[in-house]
Amino acid sequence: MTADTLRPVSGPPDSSAFVLSVEGISVVLGRRTVLDRVSFTIAPGSFTGLIGTNGAGKTTLLRAILGLLPVSAGRVRFAGDKRSRRNSAIGYVPQKIALEPDMPLRARDLVSLGYDGHRFGVGLRSKERTESVDQMLDAVNATGFADSRIGNLSGGEQQRVMIAHALVSRPQLLLLDEPLANLDISSGREVVDLLARIASEQHISVLLSAHDMNPLLPVMDRIIYLAGGRAASGTTDEVVSAETLSGLYGAPVDVIRTHGRVLVVAGRGSGEILAGSPDPLAGLG
Amino acid sequence: MTSITADLGPIIESGFFTSSPVHVGLIVGGIVAVVSAAVGTFTIIRGQSFAGHALSDIGTAGGSAALLAGVPTLYGFVAMNLAAAGTMELIGIRRPRGRDLATGIVLGASLGLAALFLYLDTTYSNTTGATVNVLFGSIFTISGSTVPVIAVLGVAALTAMVVLYRPLLLSSVSYELAAARGVPVRLVGIGYLAALAIAVSLSAVTIGAILSTALLIGPAATALRLTKRAGTAIAVAAIIGVVATWLGILLAYDTAAWSGQGQGWPVSFCIVAVVFAFYLAVSLSTRHRPSAITTPSAVIADMTH
Repeated sequence: MTADTLRPVSGPPDSSAFVLSVEGISVVLGRRTVLDRVSFTIAPGSFTGLIGTNGAGKTTLLRAILGLLPVSAGRVRFAGDKRSRRNSAIGYVPQKIALEPDMPLRARDLVSLGYDGHRFGVGLRSKERTESVDQMLDAVNATGFADSRIGNLSGGEQQRVMIAHALVSRPQLLLLDEPLANLDISSGREVVDLLARIASEQHISVLLSAHDMNPLLPVMDRIIYLAGGRAASGTTDEVVSAETLSGLYGAPVDVIRTHGRVLVVAGRGSGEILAGSPDPLAGLG
Repeated sequence: MTSITADLGPIIESGFFTSSPVHVGLIVGGIVAVVSAAVGTFTIIRGQSFAGHALSDIGTAGGSAALLAGVPTLYGFVAMNLAAAGTMELIGIRRPRGRDLATGIVLGASLGLAALFLYLDTTYSNTTGATVNVLFGSIFTISGSTVPVIAVLGVAALTAMVVLYRPLLLSSVSYELAAARGVPVRLVGIGYLAALAIAVSLSAVTIGAILSTALLIGPAATALRLTKRAGTAIAVAAIIGVVATWLGILLAYDTAAWSGQGQGWPVSFCIVAVVFAFYLAVSLSTRHRPSAITTPSAVIADMTH
């Protein structure tokens, strides 16, 4: 089967309203084709989950969107279609940043670097910057520890500050690489709720990668499911079906829905869990 | 006035303020301490202390070559360190693993050259004490004519740090994050390495190539224990560095006067000793005060992890 037979389930994207349009991009790292003609669009103010197992190419896809990796085919377009707009149009929260306790940065300083850290010079204090930073710290409920060293905060607190850092430049699109990976269930839920609120309140599109779709089910508008370098995108109901995922994996796959949770399992008796946390306690949180 | 001078007699020996080598030492020491503070704070933040120390060792090859050629060691230090910093960048100082590898390779090759040049210095030319001079330096032997050169280099390094401040801080938090924001991360890294090469060179003429890391890392490490912000850390490190350098010069001068034969403790030892004393004092006084740098939530997080 070729990727051509696997079109986005929801049909051709509506090109009139998107903040990001990924059009048939392929990425080759070394000799391995990590992404094979991946296409999807992100609508303004939408919440999209980028789901796939470890090694499915989630980080590679995000890095290609950011322009940190060259694509060997296809293109990435942004609203307004100016390549130079990429840096200001996207806020980015990378996977696990090592924020050492001896890093001389307060939470407030890290958010401030999101405002004007890409500019040369020391950056004298301005009223606009202070107001934007305060506003953003408040939006992520970080005012209480705004003056603490970033390295001394908990994982969930650091994640919220990183989100404020990414949002303070007022991007249209927020990319987050596995933001829930190192968080316990309640901190993870807090981050997801926060992102959903920001997406709707400030009309910012969120594209968030995760290996487990379950924490995102209540807030996700659309899902992009990555497997074997190819992607299927659409609503959760459209994509997370035995039919679509079997096509994507190129092998029979079962989708089990139980207690409001989704489990993707390899079919024909192998029973290997492909997506969805098998932890029975996870749903009790 | 005379009574004050008399009162300070035992602390500041007579002639301190009129001695020409002391004047040069105080000026050079001040410049070098400020440059080292600005650059050294970022050296620690970026986790490049090993590269910083390696550069100072690498500089010995340049310093000893300069002696052989009969030019001021400063020129040798600067040329060698800039070349070494460039090579380290080419080999791959950006990747954490490649960084130590690149540093190690360049360090090994340079120390081999240094061994050759120092041997030639002491064997074929009559530069007495060449080894001691290059490795351990003496701020009192700097000639007044090199002071303008030192000032120009110092201003250049400080200007680079001011221009690069924000993108450097951002790329120190995350290389990836800075690159995604459109920061020319490689260029910023090269600019910082050049400033580091200059800072280490200036420090090498002041307290010797081997000891120059002490001035680069010591005051900055002390300041980072005291403050929460990068800008404040640089300012505090500069104050500590200048005070330590000047106190060291005074101590060396005084010990020479006390001995009666002009044979005091080496000035490089005195400076490094004061720097270390600062670090020790601050370490001991902040060790049992976690509230200075942590928040209650962080303490709870520590306990639960």
